Amino acid sequence: MSTQSNPELAISVKDLTKIYGDRPAVSHANFEVPLGTVCGFVGPNGSGKTTTMRMLLGLITPTGGTGVILGQPINHPERYLHRVGAMIEGPAFYPALSGAENLRVLATLGGYETDQVQGLLERVGLGDRGDSKYKTYSLGMKQRLGIAAALLPNPQLLMLDEPTNGLDPAGIQEIRELLRDLANEGTTVFVSSHLLSEIEMISDSLVMLRKGEVIFAGKTQDLLLRQQPTIIAKSSDPQDLTKLLEIAHNAGHEGTIIDGAAHILGPTDWAPILNKMAFDAGITLSQLAPMLPSLEETFFEMTGDSE
Amino acid sequence: MIRVFFAEWRKLRRPTLFLGTMGAVAAVTALVTSVLFLLIDSRNGNGREGRTITRQTLELPHGLSLGFSTSAGLLGLVALCIFASQTAQEYTHGTLRNLLVRQPKRLTLLLGKFISMVSFAMVTVIISAVVSISLAFGLSGKAKVITTAWTTGDARIAFLHTFINVFLSVIAYGTVGMILGLIFRAPIPAISLGVAWLLIVENIIAATVKHSGRWMPGQLITTISSGGDITASYLHAMWVVSAYLVLGVVVVSVLFRRRDVAN
Repeated sequence: MSTQSNPELAISVKDLTKIYGDRPAVSHANFEVPLGTVCGFVGPNGSGKTTTMRMLLGLITPTGGTGVILGQPINHPERYLHRVGAMIEGPAFYPALSGAENLRVLATLGGYETDQVQGLLERVGLGDRGDSKYKTYSLGMKQRLGIAAALLPNPQLLMLDEPTNGLDPAGIQEIRELLRDLANEGTTVFVSSHLLSEIEMISDSLVMLRKGEVIFAGKTQDLLLRQQPTIIAKSSDPQDLTKLLEIAHNAGHEGTIIDGAAHILGPTDWAPILNKMAFDAGITLSQLAPMLPSLEETFFEMTGDSE
Repeated sequence: MIRVFFAEWRKLRRPTLFLGTMGAVAAVTALVTSVLFLLIDSRNGNGREGRTITRQTLELPHGLSLGFSTSAGLLGLVALCIFASQTAQEYTHGTLRNLLVRQPKRLTLLLGKFISMVSFAMVTVIISAVVSISLAFGLSGKAKVITTAWTTGDARIAFLHTFINVFLSVIAYGTVGMILGLIFRAPIPAISLGVAWLLIVENIIAATVKHSGRWMPGQLITTISSGGDITASYLHAMWVVSAYLVLGVVVVSVLFRRRDVAN
């Protein structure tokens, strides 16, 4: 397994494949993650995100394809894992040990300073619970401890699998800020989620996976450009909506009726023109709202799936 | 390797595990040694499997170590449980993936864990020896056993041999536990199968099939701890047990190195 390494890239995979029996969990995945960026790794549950991450960490042997992490091939994980922090498929620790002692086990194993444990616990908001046994932690606290463990090597690349699972909205916001701060300090963050909305705000780039295949890999900005602005219009008389769609169609804008509202594709500055045309046709609009679809909606539009 | 050793000790030294195990070892050894001396005149025997160890035997130089060597089987079972659970729980807790991210060289991780657990087993053997020797001297008066031969050079050499043999047998039991832990990847089936085989199945086979004890791993490990017995010679036991363990270790090492860590 050999592949050319690019010093600007933290992760580069080419045709990465994992097949279990006759079922491909990951199929010919190709993507790159530039150094010093936050890359969101998105896809529905079971799309192959965790399997991909495990292959990148040397936990699973790929069936085919190549990968390079921090300039080293993925079939030699010992060459790069000392610079990588990871939390895969949720936190996993020894229930009978305290949170701090769990971190010390991993620090000792990795050859890192155990003195930094308290600082890391404070960084993830567990400063006063480090001496409590892991089995007494809530799901959110376990998740935070997992992130602290991933930060032990002061990583150049941080790989987190669904790090916001079990966190409340405030916790999710804290994790987002932490990841952004780490990226600002130069750490490359590769973070997976099944909810695009959770990470679209902090991601410089995105890799989207569906049924084991990469369907988008690139800058978040490029995905934003694919978003079709929509004008949502409502009328007190539902029959007016059909008429409104006809007016829009004649003006070169397509639309459809969803949940009692007309969704018409068109830029924000066309909304007042639509309003005037509706008024001239005797239609009184009760609501007129231009809006951008979320990245999630764009994602589903790209994949042709409304799940 | 040294980092794996110390990381493993952070888990082994937790009070419930360390003090609990050492307390159990001390209690078991105390019980076996006490029975040996206090039931010396009992018609039901005072040794393993109802055997009688006479006052004259106990007064020999190796009599000092008899309580300790009789405890070896129980020490071995403790080692089997510890080695199996410490290995298999990495799978059930899902912590193996954390360990492999921090130490990707799988065989180094496995060997470091093994050496760490061997050192833990060494502590159990030392505690057992100390408790047994102390009690032997303490109970000798009540059992009317003359201890003159126990303080001679021959007694010290006999004790050293016993210590080495007990330690080797405990490591053999522990290795069996680790092999089972790696195969089953869950503590309960690994321990229950190991204990059931060594305590029940082997004894049934040995009692019903003539000379089968010469090839049973559990029986032969016991032979090693006693320095050779009627089942087999010490050398035969060492060779056969070593062959079984090498085979088992090679198989699980290949499995551990190649198997995907998907949990």
